[in-house]
Amino acid sequence: MTTLLEVIDIRAGYGEADILNGLTLTLSDNEIAVIIGPNGAGKSTLMKAIFGLVSVHGGDIRFAGQVISGRRADQIAKLGLSYVPQERNVFASMTVHENLEMGAYLLRAGLRDHLSRVYDLFPQLQERRNQIAGTLSGGERQMLAMGRALMLDPRLLLLDEPTAALAPRYVAETFERIREIRSQGIGVLMVEQNARQALAVADRGIVLVMGQNRFEDSGPKLLANREIAEMYLGG
Amino acid sequence: MIDFLQLLIYGIVLGSILTLGAIGASLVYGILRFANFAHGDMMTVGAYLALVAVTTTGMSVYVALPFAMIGGAAIAIFFDQIVYKRLRRTVPIILLISSFSTALILRSVTQLIWGPKNQVYEAGISLPYVVGGVRIRPDHVTIFVGSVLLIIAFHLFLKYTMAGKAMRAMSDNVDLARISGVNSERVFLWTWAIGGALAAAAGVFLALDTRLHPEMGWHVLLAVFAAVIVGGIGRPYGAIAGGMIIGVATELSTMVFEPAYKPAVAFALMVIVLVLRPTGVIKGQP
Repeated sequence: MTTLLEVIDIRAGYGEADILNGLTLTLSDNEIAVIIGPNGAGKSTLMKAIFGLVSVHGGDIRFAGQVISGRRADQIAKLGLSYVPQERNVFASMTVHENLEMGAYLLRAGLRDHLSRVYDLFPQLQERRNQIAGTLSGGERQMLAMGRALMLDPRLLLLDEPTAALAPRYVAETFERIREIRSQGIGVLMVEQNARQALAVADRGIVLVMGQNRFEDSGPKLLANREIAEMYLGG
Repeated sequence: MIDFLQLLIYGIVLGSILTLGAIGASLVYGILRFANFAHGDMMTVGAYLALVAVTTTGMSVYVALPFAMIGGAAIAIFFDQIVYKRLRRTVPIILLISSFSTALILRSVTQLIWGPKNQVYEAGISLPYVVGGVRIRPDHVTIFVGSVLLIIAFHLFLKYTMAGKAMRAMSDNVDLARISGVNSERVFLWTWAIGGALAAAAGVFLALDTRLHPEMGWHVLLAVFAAVIVGGIGRPYGAIAGGMIIGVATELSTMVFEPAYKPAVAFALMVIVLVLRPTGVIKGQP
């Protein structure tokens, strides 16, 4: 296992106010890391900071050995980092097929192979390939969002609350897909409200409080930790 | 009935011109997120660029059209790079006011170079075709056919090229487009190039329909924005519907109202749409 992502003492937020206060974490390739924590802890802000979508005021973010803080989002995507935001994560006015094409925007050739791999992972998307994304159900939309992010064969996938808007029957399926994605050699960093289910599939769990990482352990160990269960997993 | 058909034809011609202007204004709004008040004056400059080509080389205005469009695209990109590029992170109102100053610059320079008088591409009058009592000027046929061809070309670009898809993606969701690998600066250049070229074409057609004058574009800006809003702001396809609705409605209104009220009719339609269906005929951006 090699280090893929390093976030070192980062301070970031919207405008002048910092939401992340000196957060540090490292992530190896080929692991699923789950970030949990109370609302407002900075979970989504961390994901946006990695992609340069909020102001980063201090610290360093490195991906595969290169400093990426301060770079443009499209340059970061080029390095093999992919991101599924929590909301507005598909191009609602474009078709399913066009959404996936946009996921492969940086690709110059071989679209067909990449498309067929994503359709293998999410067969429902192929049936709906000419449907406008805005008319998909919540579950299908989430699949499309993940499919778009996987088009370029990323090395690391950032997922912001992939199950937040899903009906319960889709939640287990989504975690199953995330495991499949990891088995293809893609690292996953995920923010989740369904903390128990997410930690169950996680190689590592990170508890984020007040913009800092408070605890870090393997997923099952965090689940077994009584103090954390009481404070952050709802008893 | 003949009056109605005659006005309908005038309306379709005006609608074609407004549509070409509105597509660009809507595109700029959707992607750069501000109402470009210089859009009308970009039309004016395009019309005068064609005049330069016509008077210096003696070419027909139809041959001059592509040159005017290229010039219009270049001028739009020029102003983006020297004015708007520095203001990307500011609020839309500052961009809007800057575009107002761009409009003044374009209009003043046009007047400085070509003077304040009315001009035409070719002197003399061409005889209209008469079909069932309705008179159709050859220029009007050119304007309509030219506009339809440009709109089809624009549609094919938006639908089938990667640059066109990136523009739609940016207009739909800026952050998602950027994290998908779209270089937003490059899309901004495409947007200005297409908006500027279509504005120049609209200006040439407007000059063909009426005459060249330094304030010609400024005077139709309100109607152009009425078309943008009726069609759904930020929705280029809506601009086509909006342009035609405004064009036909303002011309038909002269059956009832004095022609002097034409701009008021465009404005009234815009207000009615804003009250009844604020997202436009085709659903626009919030």
